[in-house]
Amino acid sequence: MSPEDGSILTAPRDQRQSRARLKLIDCDVHHALRSLRDLHPYLAQRWREHLDVYGPRGPVPFTGSSPYPKAAPALSRTDAWPPNGGPPGSDLEFLQKQLLDANNIEYGMLHLLAPSGMDQRNQAFGAALSSAVNQWQYENWTQKDKRLKAAIVVPGEDAAAAVAEIERWAGNPDFVQVGMTTHSIEPLGRRRYWPIYEAAARHSLPIGLHTSGYNGHAVSGGGWCSYYVEEQHNVAISQQAVAMSMVCEGVFEQIPTLKVVIVEGGLAWVPSLAWRMDRQFDRMRGELPHLSRKPSEYLRHNMWYTTQPSDEPERPEDLRRIFDWMGWDRVLYATDYPHWDMDNPGQSIKLRLTEAEQKMIYADNARAVYGLA
Amino acid sequence: MRATAGGIDCDVHPAVPGMAALLRYFPPYWREQITIRGIDGLDLASFPSRVPAHGRADWRPAKGKPGSSLDMLQAQALDGFGSQLAICNPLYGAQALFNDHFAAAVARAINDWLIAEWLDREPRLRGSITVAVENAELAVDEIERLAADKRFVQVLFLAMGDALLGRRQYWPIYAAAERHGLAIGVHAGSAARHATSSNGWPSYHLEDYLLNAQAFQSQILNLIHEGVFSKFPKLKVVGIETGFTWLPNFMWRANKTWRGVRAEVPWVDRPPAEIMREHLRFTLQPTDAPPDPADMAVVLEQIGSDDMLLFSTDYPHAQFDGTDAFPPGFPEAARRRVLVDNPRNTYPRLQEAMS
Repeated sequence: MSPEDGSILTAPRDQRQSRARLKLIDCDVHHALRSLRDLHPYLAQRWREHLDVYGPRGPVPFTGSSPYPKAAPALSRTDAWPPNGGPPGSDLEFLQKQLLDANNIEYGMLHLLAPSGMDQRNQAFGAALSSAVNQWQYENWTQKDKRLKAAIVVPGEDAAAAVAEIERWAGNPDFVQVGMTTHSIEPLGRRRYWPIYEAAARHSLPIGLHTSGYNGHAVSGGGWCSYYVEEQHNVAISQQAVAMSMVCEGVFEQIPTLKVVIVEGGLAWVPSLAWRMDRQFDRMRGELPHLSRKPSEYLRHNMWYTTQPSDEPERPEDLRRIFDWMGWDRVLYATDYPHWDMDNPGQSIKLRLTEAEQKMIYADNARAVYGLA
Repeated sequence: MRATAGGIDCDVHPAVPGMAALLRYFPPYWREQITIRGIDGLDLASFPSRVPAHGRADWRPAKGKPGSSLDMLQAQALDGFGSQLAICNPLYGAQALFNDHFAAAVARAINDWLIAEWLDREPRLRGSITVAVENAELAVDEIERLAADKRFVQVLFLAMGDALLGRRQYWPIYAAAERHGLAIGVHAGSAARHATSSNGWPSYHLEDYLLNAQAFQSQILNLIHEGVFSKFPKLKVVGIETGFTWLPNFMWRANKTWRGVRAEVPWVDRPPAEIMREHLRFTLQPTDAPPDPADMAVVLEQIGSDDMLLFSTDYPHAQFDGTDAFPPGFPEAARRRVLVDNPRNTYPRLQEAMS
């Protein structure tokens, strides 16, 4: 057997069972609209018509497909389509049964991928869409199941509108973070986004950055990739640029209490990025006198990283070194339900963990970041 | 004796002083164009020469750009490290021009300048062929023109150009390189065709520099998944000045993603990490090493191959102090391969000089 065949479980059976008893906090759960019309009750007439006629418009070529057609319909596991119809993630009862109950999940952090207010080229529509999505999440999800916690979705390219949206929901315990697209028009550390971070920090809300969105920029500095197999990896690579920008711009100097959670970028890249940033910062620190600490310290103190898609070193024990290098308290468990590449609890982290380590990764780190009881 | 004695330095940078120095290597039409239009200053914005990182204090000449003096390069890069050979990677504009004709003329001038003013004057120097990368036809012409000169050992690209390097528009260049035993060198740097990150243009030079690693990661994925190494099984691609300590986690992710959706690229018939170990090479500097020297050996173990690293000083860039080109903790036993064996195997043309 080798790690290449992808089918083995290196975590021993007894440990998988103890994990099954552990209450989990899942930091990436995808709910979904049954259709865009679900948002009608939450939109003004003017935007209802806009939604129906013009629809969401980002800098993308297709109306109904990603530029890189995905690996599965709706990006999802075939068994995640609700028996009563609708796309995966759109049926609360089925999500409760298939994800929350089956895996003993204490809290699930919701991230709605589409439609995204922040991606809209019409920014007024983006603001209306974000507000509608938040109301929809509140009424249809978090109020109906207290295990589910939402992100305040914001139209991040319009900081004033984003701050207004944060102020509207802050203090409501159903909302535990602020959600932004990672493929922003400018790198997320730039000053145009700082009012959003200041509002979030003021209300002790972390910024949740789920890989998502289209901004018109190529998926790499060297141009557009050709295949989904590349794009899927490139979005994780782009999270490194997000972390880099937040650190280099001095966001955490300005707002030392800001917490940022990187979602669905994996995490094995964190140590080598920290090494490279520190070493090259040493060579060019004259350009960034506003940083009072080494870049790695911000990665270590202000940022957290979710596990999915779980990193699978060729030698499974190397994952332990990664956690050692980045700090065990940085690691947040996530399933990415209901997507095709989701991580099942008990099968995804192929490492022998102590009970204390399990508690940190599967629950307590997230409890601390999100201030959950 | 230097710890690096007898090594083959796979990345030194002779600096093109400017258009005036190249003028004699252009044909009359371009000489006139350059003169009447005042064309100059094609140094890449990726390497502003006054930034301390891009010119070590003790390697800066009294006058002119770091790397512009042959005497200094001989004394400091060759004698200083005891290198038996060094590969010259001039970085001057040709890869980033939009006018293909002009790009080809600049490339040709750089190559002829390199021959006359560096390679002919110092037998320990080898060269990379500069080409108009965005026009494969013109690039291949230049490779064919110089292929008989065995002092040229690779074709030089930038990490960030028009399109990712696996795309078929570049394949004629790879066919020519493979035919002549030339490696493909992909050096840090951007032609500014795209924002240096997929999240837009960052504010700082530091970020642009860091992002060369991410760009090269995207290049590797594209080269593999477009099937370049299936089509050109003898081709070696060298990441120059892109760092390499990110390689383990990148390999793990590439393997996992490929396992999940490999049906999309049926010509990729083995795990990407295996292809990387066979076809990809990386220059030693910069080594963005873990803070604990004991972890350096761990990273090398995780890379899982002794074949992939090539000795480099990155002269005259400031990557380290003194002559400590190997980072603390780099195992003694691995050094000889990095210094000599790996460069020889990566650049078959070097062996002719060494028999």
